[in-house]
Amino acid sequence: MRAPSKELTIDEVVGRIERGMTVGIGGWGSRRKPMALVRAILRSDLTDLHVVSYAGPDVGLLLAAGKASRVTYAFATLDSIPLEPLFSKARVDGTAEFREWDEGMFQTGLRAAAQRISFLPMRAGLGSAVLENDPDLHTVRSPYDDQEELVAVPALNLDVALVHMNRADELGNGQYLGPDPYFDDLFCMAAREAYVSTEQIIDTAGLTVDAPLQSLLLNRTMVTGVVETPNGAHFTDCTPTYGRDEKFQKAYATAAKTPEDWAAFHERFLSGDEAAYQAAVTAFREAASA
Amino acid sequence: MNDVTRSEYCAVAIADCFADDGEIMGSPMGLLPTLGARLAKNTSNPALMLTDGEARILRGTPPLGQSGDVIEGWMPFRLVLESVVPYGKRHVMMGATQIDRHGNQNISAIGPWEQPTRQLLGVRGAPGNTVNNRTSYWVPKHSPRVVVEQVDIASGIGRARAEAAGPAATKFHDVHRLVTNLGVFDFGGPGHTMRFVSVHPGVTVDEVRAASGCEIHADNDVPETRTPTDGELVLIRELLDPTKLREREVPSE
Repeated sequence: MRAPSKELTIDEVVGRIERGMTVGIGGWGSRRKPMALVRAILRSDLTDLHVVSYAGPDVGLLLAAGKASRVTYAFATLDSIPLEPLFSKARVDGTAEFREWDEGMFQTGLRAAAQRISFLPMRAGLGSAVLENDPDLHTVRSPYDDQEELVAVPALNLDVALVHMNRADELGNGQYLGPDPYFDDLFCMAAREAYVSTEQIIDTAGLTVDAPLQSLLLNRTMVTGVVETPNGAHFTDCTPTYGRDEKFQKAYATAAKTPEDWAAFHERFLSGDEAAYQAAVTAFREAASA
Repeated sequence: MNDVTRSEYCAVAIADCFADDGEIMGSPMGLLPTLGARLAKNTSNPALMLTDGEARILRGTPPLGQSGDVIEGWMPFRLVLESVVPYGKRHVMMGATQIDRHGNQNISAIGPWEQPTRQLLGVRGAPGNTVNNRTSYWVPKHSPRVVVEQVDIASGIGRARAEAAGPAATKFHDVHRLVTNLGVFDFGGPGHTMRFVSVHPGVTVDEVRAASGCEIHADNDVPETRTPTDGELVLIRELLDPTKLREREVPSE
């Protein structure tokens, strides 16, 4: 007997997210973000989400659209552009609650959740503003001879994880083909339900024909649903399938500076469905290269 | 060779930060730190291990702006955070939007954390870096707004904060140097405060003090930053930075 297909549509994935949920988003900065799923959340009536992310434009967009009321992050960046403008605006305007951790603490919090324990000890964070600015953080003393007092990093338990892979099969076996897996396996294991968007759903046998075994980051026990979203990480990097769309990202960052420009950008790219977005991106690219 | 530029003094001052590190991973953040670390690998510390800034460990030292080289290892972000940083065989040189007299650094935001007047990167890995491995800082434009009495948000921590947090925070705490466009500093002043190591040729101690928002301790007469050797200048100018990207970060006056 075969395991059942987990293939879903974009809207079916977003339909499984509820108001107030904690949503972890994979990738890193402006790298391999599940942007098609983020765009679908923008189109939905979801609000009051707690977003957990190594933040890039995913978090900026969700904040600007009023979808996220709480964000846990270690940094926010567009990588080739140092700061994320919509994230920065939300911080300065105080339009959401924020929790800022060291980036190693953030990984440790995901790992604690993946291991189903309430905390893991670590050195990072000691003495820094992180502990002062997050009253939910505590320290823990070693019961052994050293008696060291370390940060007790609490588990980052997620309701839902959203990640993007270069390839997957319909069962949820997910594969990255670039140089870095980021933390997508931890996001999936930290979540009650994990959804994988992917450039391409292929036959299981095809996964290892031209790529090493180690590229199979996600096994199907970690994944609830799979959705095929070609160019679905755009405008972030999804190497080797495609690199970051630097021209588009620059247009995004520039538009975010004023309400008028942002309204025009939103109208041009974010007012329709995913197919309309991809068509507008193609038109943008053709205009830019003309 | 003559006409050594300010950016070239900065490059050798940064290289000297990595000189006695031995076989560890250098993590230079930004342009001049990358140039300095690649220079150190070609001169004082050939054992230094460097990456392309993403996930590949490079055997060699490509020119600035390039990352193509023989790959000798894999270093995805997860290994940096879970292995290399806590393992401690690393020397990071970070930037600093603010750095204070006590060696605390801020890259998070300006103003109160709850609602800043200007959002920066967030703390990134600075808290973990400073309690786990040797840390230096690079400031391309030394000014009273950057070199301050007290940072707004302590991302990287200096000695006093580490000591207040207990032995687990001081055990591996090692803030090594601050290099700026004006000089080189450490935190060997009274109570682990900022101290002159050297000023770059053409800069006076008084000029540095005028450009600083806090007191900087001087033991005796402050020496000048050493002159690059001819070999170092050839490496900088012909191999590591032939298109003079360094001049964009630290322009010649």
